[in-house]
Amino acid sequence: MERLIYLDNAATTKTSPEVVEAMLPYFTEHYGNPSSVYGFAAANKEVIIRQREIIAGVLGAKGNEIYFTAGGTEADNWALIATAEAYAAKGRHIITTKIEHHAILHTCEYLQKRGYEVTYLDVDENGLVDPKAVEDAIRPDTILISVMFANNEIGTVEPIAEIGKIAKEHGILFHTDAVQAFAQIPFNVDECNIDMLSASGHKLNGPKGIGFLYIRTGVKIRSFIHGGAQERRRRAGTENVPGIVGLGKAVELAAASMQERTEKESRLRNHLISRIEKEIPCCRLNGDRVKRLPNNVNFSFQFVEGESLLIMLDMKGICASSGSACTSGSLDPSHVLLAIGLPHEIAHGSLRMTLGADTTEEELDYVVDSLKEIVAQLRNMSPLYEDFVRRQKNQEN
Amino acid sequence: MYTEKVMDHFQHPRNVGEIENASGVGTVGNAKCGDIMRIYLDIDENQIIRDVKFKTFGCGAAVATSSMATELVKGKNIQEAMEVTNKAVMEALDGLPPVKVHCSLLAEEAIHAALWDYAEKNGIRIEGLEKPKSDVHEGEEEEEEEY
Repeated sequence: MERLIYLDNAATTKTSPEVVEAMLPYFTEHYGNPSSVYGFAAANKEVIIRQREIIAGVLGAKGNEIYFTAGGTEADNWALIATAEAYAAKGRHIITTKIEHHAILHTCEYLQKRGYEVTYLDVDENGLVDPKAVEDAIRPDTILISVMFANNEIGTVEPIAEIGKIAKEHGILFHTDAVQAFAQIPFNVDECNIDMLSASGHKLNGPKGIGFLYIRTGVKIRSFIHGGAQERRRRAGTENVPGIVGLGKAVELAAASMQERTEKESRLRNHLISRIEKEIPCCRLNGDRVKRLPNNVNFSFQFVEGESLLIMLDMKGICASSGSACTSGSLDPSHVLLAIGLPHEIAHGSLRMTLGADTTEEELDYVVDSLKEIVAQLRNMSPLYEDFVRRQKNQEN
Repeated sequence: MYTEKVMDHFQHPRNVGEIENASGVGTVGNAKCGDIMRIYLDIDENQIIRDVKFKTFGCGAAVATSSMATELVKGKNIQEAMEVTNKAVMEALDGLPPVKVHCSLLAEEAIHAALWDYAEKNGIRIEGLEKPKSDVHEGEEEEEEEY
């Protein structure tokens, strides 16, 4: 079999065999609708409650504060739109950042078209939000602050506890998109003053199509999907029981292995970063060096373009992703890389590699060896590199 | 996403490189949208393109269209080279995804820019050839001219 090195775990992860095994009976044996009266089906209601407890336990929350959704994107949409509607009488101003996932940014744009005002905060060159800037942006009509826990592209972990404290002091709701951070970084919703939090199953070796929104008791938030009493009437529709069971299992496993796994990932991540910095000239690590997700590596390689890089890595069996425009179908490179101040041509040459529980040092060494070769090959073909070499020669003369 | 021909030209690009004292050089595109192509032409006294080389910063389609464009103009006279349109480049590659069509336009523009440079240097007029559009890359070109 051809070699496959999967370094795109921020995009999605492999569903772990234990998770699949836990889910299977809920397709074929325990397929009953949890809302039905007869015991065979109603038992599934208890199963769902157990999964809520597992998830709540990891967050330091209560079971009835966990609302299952079809994933992180739905949870983000729900948190923003339903809060905006419920608190419209208080105000119509929302604070967020320029580096959020599109699930937040596009939802904010949707709200702007409906009369809401949104402040998009800048970040520094490492992608960090300044809590002071959050505080300065607060107005009497601010109803919600939404800042992601950790960035999906550059891995920067935001000062969530500080921002949560500010939100609480001002009596403003605080939502965080924790899709990349949940079960990767230990935290507690009370300590961070988080009122709402979005997370997703398939980023932590769980199934796709399932996630949840944590909503603190007392937060006035409207129903998002209408048509039944599920999820305390706030999100109607027959529960995705196999998905919920899979999510519960994945969270249980991820939480149990968090310390050991993230220590290993951080070590491997640092190994990958240090080899690339030592061995490939004209590169830049994107994102904060210290306040960083344990599995994220993001580099810009000057004079090369990201899609070319990805195709050549793919030919060597390496799966990664890029902030290049060409991968998204638009002409602009990633909004995150532009927000940290990268010039367009450097943003186009970026590469994200996200490690997983199975990643080995040997694999990463193969990746660096391949990358060295590919970057050299693409630079050899690049008019930008030609100009650079010529300028350098000029300076020497 | 790409046809076999595109992948072939991306993996084994033809005519990569530079030509010293080229008869004409054209650089088009800009770093902002992620594609820059430079074409070097070596044109003999009979106006035949004896040799052609390219350098490209860009996606797989940009590299493949540059490579194919150089193949299509090599050995042709300048009037024939003028007939190598983006459509011809795309057809020769068995097509491109819709979002990549602009790459083939860039290949056509790069050839035209190199021919324009040749025409300027030799004080001739090539029928149907218009002055290439300036691009963001010009700033750096000017910097180079200092030496």
